[in-house]
Amino acid sequence: MELFVFLVAGGACILGALGVVLNSNPVHAALSLVGTLFGIAVLFIAQDANFLAAVQVIVYAGAIVVLFLFVLMLLGVDRAEDLSIEPLGGGQRAAAGIVGLAVLGLPLFAFRSVEGEATGAMAGTGDANHLGSGAADVAQLGESLFTTYLFAFEATSVLLVIAVVGAVVLARKVKRADYVTDPLVVAAEAEAAASVDESDEADDVSELETELEAAE
Amino acid sequence: MIAVAEVTPAWYLVLGSILFSIGTVGLLVRRNPLVMFMCVELMLNAVTLTFVTFSRMLQDINGQSVVVFVLVVAAAEVVVGLGIIVALLRKKPTATADDVNVLRG
Repeated sequence: MELFVFLVAGGACILGALGVVLNSNPVHAALSLVGTLFGIAVLFIAQDANFLAAVQVIVYAGAIVVLFLFVLMLLGVDRAEDLSIEPLGGGQRAAAGIVGLAVLGLPLFAFRSVEGEATGAMAGTGDANHLGSGAADVAQLGESLFTTYLFAFEATSVLLVIAVVGAVVLARKVKRADYVTDPLVVAAEAEAAASVDESDEADDVSELETELEAAE
Repeated sequence: MIAVAEVTPAWYLVLGSILFSIGTVGLLVRRNPLVMFMCVELMLNAVTLTFVTFSRMLQDINGQSVVVFVLVVAAAEVVVGLGIIVALLRKKPTATADDVNVLRG
């Protein structure tokens, strides 16, 4: 039974992940991401992490992907990207493939080299951390979060407040846009000025040549 | 009748590493900032799957506690990152990751 669940959910995960990378339309990529997130939630349930599965569906599929789609629709950037063009060139795709194979190969090599000796061993932790059987994981997780990790838990609330403030500051429309010199605009203007200069120089050279020809 | 193989924790770990490498390749190959962000989410999810697997393997609840914090940090990261992307794409709707090169030395 667990094999069946693993194959279906794992297949959904991998297909969704490939969809995120290969879909040229960002909206389709976001919808493929939902498939991966649901697959991982099912795998959480298969491993007795029921609370995390619920949180995964609510936070990731319910909030984060909706946020992605919201930004896509808000900015109207849901145009398809042509994947056949390599904007960077110089074998960047090949280099990315090599890095991916290395990232995949290293853990697989590690699994092979330990031959299962490092798996299934009990951690040297006390009874408080011991994972009971069945659905007790919510109570245990709560106890762990609110005793061992209480300070870290409080710190995450500070982190969330900072993130909210940062998002408001970043996404706010600046009323007096002329007060703020946007680096992107400055760079674009400098580029345009440089190209104008170049064309002027070219004109000067051609004018000189025509004058010389006329003098001859 | 095919013998039914038993699902060992190593299967989950291999799946996690496959997902992580797909996310890595996507992050390196795609140029749309939103899709690159989705690939980062993919990598984070691969890591959380690994944490939950080790949590069950070692019968230790701390792995699941770490996943809760990873979820919170991922949510904060998405909020700030999407704010930056909105500010960027508002200036130039066709911007890709290659257009953000003002700080390049």
